[in-house]
Amino acid sequence: MSGDFPLPPILQTPCSSEPVLITQGAEGRLYKTTYLTPNLPCALKYRPPKPWRHPTLDARLTKHRILSEARILSRCRREGIRVPGVYASDEVGGWLMLEWVPGAPVRVRINEALGDRQSGIEEDEGLKDLMRRIGKAIGDMHAVGVVHGDLTTSNMMLSPKPLNEVDGEPEGQKGCLEGEIVIIDLGLASGSLLIEDRAVDLYVLERAFGSTHPRAECIFDQVLEAYNGTFKQAPAVLKKLEDVRMRGRKRSMIG
Amino acid sequence: MSSEIEVVQLDHIPSRHVIHLALFQDVGNAEFLHKQLLSRNADFEYAFVDASVIVSRLHLLSAVFKAVTSASNDVLKTPNVHSEIVANLAASNNVRNHAHSVIQMTDAPQIAEAYRRYGVSTATKNLVAVKVAENGSPSTEQIAEHLAKNVEGTQVPATDEKLASTADMSKVFKYYKLNGLNWLDKIKDHSAKQKEVEMLVVGAMALRGL
Repeated sequence: MSGDFPLPPILQTPCSSEPVLITQGAEGRLYKTTYLTPNLPCALKYRPPKPWRHPTLDARLTKHRILSEARILSRCRREGIRVPGVYASDEVGGWLMLEWVPGAPVRVRINEALGDRQSGIEEDEGLKDLMRRIGKAIGDMHAVGVVHGDLTTSNMMLSPKPLNEVDGEPEGQKGCLEGEIVIIDLGLASGSLLIEDRAVDLYVLERAFGSTHPRAECIFDQVLEAYNGTFKQAPAVLKKLEDVRMRGRKRSMIG
Repeated sequence: MSSEIEVVQLDHIPSRHVIHLALFQDVGNAEFLHKQLLSRNADFEYAFVDASVIVSRLHLLSAVFKAVTSASNDVLKTPNVHSEIVANLAASNNVRNHAHSVIQMTDAPQIAEAYRRYGVSTATKNLVAVKVAENGSPSTEQIAEHLAKNVEGTQVPATDEKLASTADMSKVFKYYKLNGLNWLDKIKDHSAKQKEVEMLVVGAMALRGL
């Protein structure tokens, strides 16, 4: 199934398998297809032309966004941060071909692990360990000067560890909390070393987490605790986070 | 002497383009081949790539994919699809820069540098030849025959193993600016490290020209 949309031109070319529409966001669509050969799955991120925008402006915005995401991803990879690698891009065609990250979104795995439990979540070591790995992943990303801009548990994948070994389920097992955190969707990411920007990044995640997993809010402190140990300015970021909580994501225009 | 040649099927490439790939070891006439390119001999319209800078099929075929895509979108930055393949092997020169602060140099010196680094030179020992035929012309047989006749060397299948063995990793690290990446040096497992190198190389190429 490829959805109700016409396929982007790049996916109308011959391919060994049918592209599959994975998600549709406000700005673009994500397909699963293959890069070069049938055995190399990839994610195709497509930003279709927006008919309501002036064509010249639309082309410039699309180009800019494709470019900036490709650059941020490559930069993260060079620094050893787990993000999808870039295989190819076409800023005119409006697409990016990215490494396919096997596994499931962290959101899904957390919800599976929570089930319908109402208690005992605070003592769940598996979940708490996952929280700490999330904190570490974000800290490592911030340490190299990248802020994500839209951190949620949907924008992180839990990827089963032995990426090369083919034994077991390639997408990982239901409810399994083991694996590597891979941060995805860096479409709103930017380069920044500012304490403020990093604190806002954490704040956005904190808020998103609270509404997506209200029952697990009690263990969110594990994220911050692990973050605290990842780089030199982390304690200052956490201090700033307290200010951001008081005033919200946007800085006051008064004064 | 076999005159077999591999026809490579790539996903998302318009079917009128047929990609041919051959690897020659111990090439004895690199100087002659280099000269044909310099004199723009139309009979030698190939991407002749020095195998020492190629880490894997994914690496090489990424350059081919990008070149054929550019050709079919009519946005080549070099004279033809074959020179484009060689030019596409070059890494982006602005990986670390921010979107707005890049002062674009003209393309020409960078392209010449790419030919020098990645293309056949008089010092080439092992050679990758790529030929993209369009609408069946020239035919696979013609290409195989022409290469077999004009490249003095042992033709071997262009497998990942072979390409890994002909790669000069110190050159690859230098050209793709991979030296000094501590996390990369720390990876003990050889094949895991190769995979990372491959991804970094392909990523650097994907950004080039953007």
